[in-house]
Amino acid sequence: MEALLGSGLFLSAAAFFYPVLRFLVPPKEADMGSGSVIAAKTGDLKPNSGKIFRFGSRPGLLVRTTDGEYKAMSATCTHLACTVQYRDDTREVWCACHNGKYDVNGRNISGPPPRPLETFEVQVRGDEIFVRRRQES
Amino acid sequence: MGFFRKLHDWLDDRFGWNELLAPLRKKTVPVHRLSHWYFLGGITLFLFVIQVLTGILLLLYYRPGANEAFESVQYIMTRVKFGWLIRSIHSWSANLMVFTAFAHMFSVAFLKSYRKPRELTWLSGMILLFLVLGFGFSGYLLPWNTLAFFATKVGTEITGQVPIVGRPLMIFLRGGEEVTGATLTRFFGFHVAVLPGLATLLIGLHILLVQRFGISVPPKLEAEWLTKPAALREMKFFPNFALRELMAWYVALGVLGALAAIFPWDLGVKADPFVSAPAGIKPEWYFLFMFQTLKVIPSKVFFMDGEVLGVLAFGVAGAVWLLLPFIDTGRARRWVNALAVVALAYIIGMTIYGHFAK
Repeated sequence: MEALLGSGLFLSAAAFFYPVLRFLVPPKEADMGSGSVIAAKTGDLKPNSGKIFRFGSRPGLLVRTTDGEYKAMSATCTHLACTVQYRDDTREVWCACHNGKYDVNGRNISGPPPRPLETFEVQVRGDEIFVRRRQES
Repeated sequence: MGFFRKLHDWLDDRFGWNELLAPLRKKTVPVHRLSHWYFLGGITLFLFVIQVLTGILLLLYYRPGANEAFESVQYIMTRVKFGWLIRSIHSWSANLMVFTAFAHMFSVAFLKSYRKPRELTWLSGMILLFLVLGFGFSGYLLPWNTLAFFATKVGTEITGQVPIVGRPLMIFLRGGEEVTGATLTRFFGFHVAVLPGLATLLIGLHILLVQRFGISVPPKLEAEWLTKPAALREMKFFPNFALRELMAWYVALGVLGALAAIFPWDLGVKADPFVSAPAGIKPEWYFLFMFQTLKVIPSKVFFMDGEVLGVLAFGVAGAVWLLLPFIDTGRARRWVNALAVVALAYIIGMTIYGHFAK
């Protein structure tokens, strides 16, 4: 009788808490960042400059090096997720939050970032600069 | 018979008012050269009441949501009569409350007021301090400005570094993978409903425990008074201590009013998830020591990521501090004071370093 009552109470509690716990977890959003996006127009960036662009729900960083080459990478710092920026004075990618530094290829070179930034593929078609995730080989 | 006498008799007749107030009349407060530290808990409570009152006023105009929050605070500050003052008082009072809560905690630690039988008073107070920090963290995002956006991004990311439970907890706090309007809605709910509810319950418990056990005296003095009861000095809580506390509240109100009026709280620039973190970005002063620590820890320490190590170290330090009454026994006793001094020096030192560091 006690076991029956106990299981009944447990099941009622579970029936009450399960929907509440599931309600607390937000639904998964579709990842919009894997496709190709137009990061900028060719006239937008002069050599030795950078620009934040929208890559799905996350920010990306497009850099035009001093040689005129385009590089694109995730703009989310691998340390604690602040948004990085390109500094034309040091020619590095810099995170203002904890002073993390990366080179233009996204490699972490000083400060607390533990990993490089994810780099993306860049294609210039006409006057538009397309960026997309690197395809797994 | 005056009106108040009549009211008193009416209440006494129905609720036994005199009986209810009897413990308060008997309550005493020890008098010694460190008695002034006893005011800090009351001042923190007073500032909490100010927070509730100004918070209710701000709720009349504030609108949560990524597209409206910043504009609604701007509206409060520029269009609503004395809106700038109410918001400024709310922000300054929050900062002063964090300060007095920390000062209260350290005064309790140094006076060893957490000793048996007051372990639960310490634990409830520590949970209240965490709630106060939660109020600060959740409230900081509500104006939806750039500084708040990145502070929330970093703060929730730190939560995500905790092994096993960190990531689900971060997603729960953010309302998704990223800091968005969903995060703002959640933080608003925590700030105006969840945290005030919990804090009110815990404040009630904390005060009940203080009432039950009375006010602690430092161990040395306690021993002295036990051997020489004639040396014991105390004052009545009501009205002697209560009137002094009231004066302290009045001074706190004066300081708060002056700070809010002379240095009105800034609103900053509206948050944009697609801009870089601005140079010189820093969190509120009470998170600065943690921020600076995470800034100076190298990216890898042995096999661990620096930030994971930092977060775990703060977690362990916090747990040790929380359990102080249970650690402060036997041979560990002489280390506890040294630990408190080191903790205080570290927090002050890293806060100053963080303030001046580029």
